[in-house]
Amino acid sequence: MLNFLARRLLIAAMTCVMISILTFVIIRLPPGDFVDAYIANLAASGSTVTAEQATALRREYGLDRSVFVQYGLWISRVVRGDFGISMMWRRPVTEVIGDRLWLTMVVSFSALFLTWMIALPIGIYSAVRQYSIGDYAATLLGFIGLAIPNFLLALILMYAGFRYFGLAIGGLFSAEYAEAPWSWARAWDLAKHVPLPACVLALAGTAQLIRIMRANLLDELRKPYVVTARAKGISERRLLLKYPVRAALNPFASAVAYLFPYLVSGSIVVSLVLGLPTVGPLLLQALVAQDMYLAGSIVLLLGLLTVIGTLVSDLLLMWIEPRIRLEGRG
Amino acid sequence: MAEQPAQSAPCLLSVRDLVVDFRLDQGTIRAVENISLDLFAGRVLGVVGESGCGKSITARAILGIIDRPGRIVSGRVLLDPGTTRQLDLATLSNDSRELRSVRGGRIGLIFQEPMTALSNHYTVGNQIMEAVRAHKPKMTKPEARAKAVTLLGEVGIPNPDGRIDAYPFQLSGGLRQRVGIAMALAGDPDILIADEPTTALDVTTQAQILLLLRHLQRDKKIALMLITHDMGVIAQMADEVAVMYLGRVVEKAPVEHLFAAPRHPYTRALLRSVPNIHAKPRERLASIGGAVPHPARRPSGCSFHPRCPEVIAGRCAETEPAPVPAGADGAACFHAELTP
Repeated sequence: MLNFLARRLLIAAMTCVMISILTFVIIRLPPGDFVDAYIANLAASGSTVTAEQATALRREYGLDRSVFVQYGLWISRVVRGDFGISMMWRRPVTEVIGDRLWLTMVVSFSALFLTWMIALPIGIYSAVRQYSIGDYAATLLGFIGLAIPNFLLALILMYAGFRYFGLAIGGLFSAEYAEAPWSWARAWDLAKHVPLPACVLALAGTAQLIRIMRANLLDELRKPYVVTARAKGISERRLLLKYPVRAALNPFASAVAYLFPYLVSGSIVVSLVLGLPTVGPLLLQALVAQDMYLAGSIVLLLGLLTVIGTLVSDLLLMWIEPRIRLEGRG
Repeated sequence: MAEQPAQSAPCLLSVRDLVVDFRLDQGTIRAVENISLDLFAGRVLGVVGESGCGKSITARAILGIIDRPGRIVSGRVLLDPGTTRQLDLATLSNDSRELRSVRGGRIGLIFQEPMTALSNHYTVGNQIMEAVRAHKPKMTKPEARAKAVTLLGEVGIPNPDGRIDAYPFQLSGGLRQRVGIAMALAGDPDILIADEPTTALDVTTQAQILLLLRHLQRDKKIALMLITHDMGVIAQMADEVAVMYLGRVVEKAPVEHLFAAPRHPYTRALLRSVPNIHAKPRERLASIGGAVPHPARRPSGCSFHPRCPEVIAGRCAETEPAPVPAGADGAACFHAELTP
């Protein structure tokens, strides 16, 4: 087990390093360096920078040194929480991203939670009552869910909410709380706004997971150990949850890994439509404006989150699958 | 050995005229047709036949655990027949509390596939304790664990204290099958159904498992229904034998009679196809001509007639011989009727 853990952690760390290198490359992609862009920015607003000042700036940021040293300087600042300055906002990147990262995670995890809460029971029902009316209904709804583009659903829900319930849907906060400091009232306001985007984001993933769960469980239900459990005289519901569902969860847990980045990157359009203050739209703006420090930082953070998601899914797998846990001993 | 064991030992389970259908899109398939069997305390009933003859379906039908779309159409499965406690299992709903208490509690089931019949997600102790506590809900966890250790010792697993925390994938096939037997015994059943318990094991392990079953069955006066396709196993283990072909019992007899004077041509053919140590080297082993017909295309008359070497022209293909009467010995064959 320790062997497995150590290997996974090592791989995760190596992936993080790769992601950081990639991010560094992205930041350096546009012609010219940060100081050129900085000078151009200042020039646009009327102030000028002398050649001496530019050289001093370059020395300060280590831009006159080799690429490897630059990477080292950059990564050492990143580790200390300094992601550089956003050209577009003229503020430190950390300030620009600020709450957005946490709000993105709140929305994504709500969507993930909702996905599981809906997909698991329906998937189990569909498999146990295969070819029943309920199964066909779930299949139909599942395919509709897969087929409807998320942003369209978001628009429909917004329209319906506004037209029939008089709700101003959009964003994650009401107007009075949007710029307010954190308080219980603001958190409650957030809690009221999260369900709608969570539902929209959960839809496609739910439809997909229902199909996965159904197929997995149908395979497991035919295995002899189910009959063994039945022959012991334990009730159908109990044996179902204890044996085949547990086994069918196995691929379910690994699905978390790729569901997680999807929830973040796949949410850009929905976030724009719903006006969510999440990372997705910010990334889009940063890319359009060639704000490379901001874009690079977001890519870096999303990459790290994905690595964490994969790690979590591996740990989940280890928990539900003793064969992995006991690897090297059995 | 007594001709009529019913007088010497109590009958624990009587299957009468059991019919099991599988309703498929292509039509209904009759997998088991009018099977009648009796299990007596302390005795072994061998059920023998080729693959697909309905042996396993019969075992599962008794316990009410046939997979869909199979279902019992008619017939009775009587527990403690003729006593005041008589209970017809076929009338109970599959997930009913009554039938569940019989499963594992009165009738234990031992499986063919030791590699897949146990879940790899739980320790063997967990799975045995579950079976123990399913029938003794008042038992505490430490008590159930102690019982599980005792059971593992009883089935000859070395170091049961340590092995109880092992996962099935850490055990060999033979040990797994022993765990399967311990699990079947967890509810102290007086009837055991062993569905090809040694088929997936190597020959040495087979012999050990059969020996273990024999000892347990004798010590605990268990009525054992042993399902196999192996005539050697039958000779070694059974007291009475039921030979099945295409969902029916074609011959029923005490084991000595069956081997000394088989009455059904199918039984004779099965016996001829057993390898003989006295045979000359490179002698070709006798086999039964043709293959088992698909149950949906059951031949007319006697269903064995297309493969039967002793077929009576103009009779076997047209009319069906009388079935083996319930609770008695005999063969469903016109030859047997001519020479009783």
